Amino acid sequence: MKKCRRCAKSATLHITEIQDGKAVAVHLCNSCAQEYLDEEAEQVSSAPPEDVSAKLEELMSEDADTDTRCTNCNISFGEFREQGRLGCPTCFEEFRVDLMPLLENIHESATHMGKRPKRSPAQTVDQARLIQIRQRLEDAIDREDYEQAASLRDEIAEIEKTLRPAIQSESDADAAD
Amino acid sequence: MNTDGEPNSVCLSDLARTSGGWLAASGPESDVVVSTRIRLARNIVGYPFMSQASDEIRRSLVEAIGRAIPATPQTSDFLFIDVGELDALDAQLLVERQLISRELSISEGPRGVFIGRDEQISIMVNEEDHVRMQILNSGLALQESWETIDSLDDALEEQISFAFDEKLGYLTACPTNVGTGIRVSVMLHLPALRITREIQKVHQAAQKINLAVRGLYGEGSQAMGDFYQISNQVTLGCSEEELLDNLADVLPNILSWERRVRDLLCRDNKSQLEDQISRAMGILTSARSISSEETMHLLSSVRLGVNLGLVSTVDIAKVNELFIHTQPSHLQKISGGPLKTTERNEARARHLRDNLSD
Ligand SMILES: [Zn+2]
Ligand SMILES: [Zn+2]
Repeated sequence: MKKCRRCAKSATLHITEIQDGKAVAVHLCNSCAQEYLDEEAEQVSSAPPEDVSAKLEELMSEDADTDTRCTNCNISFGEFREQGRLGCPTCFEEFRVDLMPLLENIHESATHMGKRPKRSPAQTVDQARLIQIRQRLEDAIDREDYEQAASLRDEIAEIEKTLRPAIQSESDADAAD
Repeated sequence: MNTDGEPNSVCLSDLARTSGGWLAASGPESDVVVSTRIRLARNIVGYPFMSQASDEIRRSLVEAIGRAIPATPQTSDFLFIDVGELDALDAQLLVERQLISRELSISEGPRGVFIGRDEQISIMVNEEDHVRMQILNSGLALQESWETIDSLDDALEEQISFAFDEKLGYLTACPTNVGTGIRVSVMLHLPALRITREIQKVHQAAQKINLAVRGLYGEGSQAMGDFYQISNQVTLGCSEEELLDNLADVLPNILSWERRVRDLLCRDNKSQLEDQISRAMGILTSARSISSEETMHLLSSVRLGVNLGLVSTVDIAKVNELFIHTQPSHLQKISGGPLKTTERNEARARHLRDNLSD
């Protein structure tokens, strides 16, 4: 996970600069990138404005397919990168492949761990929680934190126990068919 | 809910003369902590985000939320202000008051804000997300603020469904808010750390644990009057409680650091400090014309002086109020109408004299 060159925040944008004929990657967070672009824009104020838009193009250098469009709201991934705002909740589905790395870059995670709407059925909640804990288990094993891993395994077993009757009765019903 | 302009402007003039509860300096740690704010970003299922929302859609969002809020026990008596109908001065008043964002004040199309009677809670409609609800409390009040906004969120959710994804959590227009959609901001007054240049270390320490340090009016704003906002950056991958714990862990260190440096200044540089504070008080009580920037700077010294017992003619609540009432829009509202810059500087000096010298 790269840090912003200017302020140590997580870098979300990667700019390729040509220095002494060599390409150098510059990692910046959102706000520093904006400053960087403003400074660049001032420096080249006599040059045609294409220079700045070319820089913006470069900002979107990650090899996402910028022409993909959301089937629900019709914005393209390129438009999203320009505005920094998505068009609708469905965009998250439609652009999932390209969004995931971005989200991980910003948050160092791509899994919600916070509150959930009360109305969602208990089972869905538990299943989602299971996914989260499994992910934390993987992390713990990566860190070689076996104590944490053991307690997470216990947690998983607990939740699976509560889920099992439902799963069981479902397959029973299948068998009866 | 009232949608015609008149009652709103009456209410706004009243607002300019009073002060929000969050300025009362009644909360815990209010020698250093001015306020605690939590906001939640939510979007309503079945509507596009703002960038794709026509005026028609924006209007129906205002209506949908306008039906949900009176039907929710916590917000049944909230006042609706149609921000699209406000003149620039009134909109700016709400920004200075921290009831709406700058973005909402200057954007276009149908939009508004629902405000609780005590100004503790405000709910913006059609800002960057459909719904931005915020709670603002005096002093350090992380847990209490969270419990209130959390239960308000639950209650609203019984009226309207918010866009939610099993893996990504609450879906927001900007990827930086996805997940919990939460931003917790604690506003600190850190004059001693600024004077001694220790503030740089606060920036560094905060960034290490993914917290942002900003000026008074958020993103990119200068640390005017030595006010600093500390807030979370990350919204995905940890729970609201973990985020609050993260802040609750680091804040006592910053508070005791500021207090330690205040004590040191008092011990080792007392005459210099007294001189600085007396001069600040002197200018504020005798100037005939003063800019907003100079006012903030001098009020910061006075606030420090009150906390150190070096100034006794005024209390923290009053100083907090003066910070807000000397902002351009409040000042013009109090003075009864639009003023040019020079007139504003004179009105500001007059207001300070009237309120500080007795
Ligand atoms: Zn940066
Ligand atoms: Zn979409």
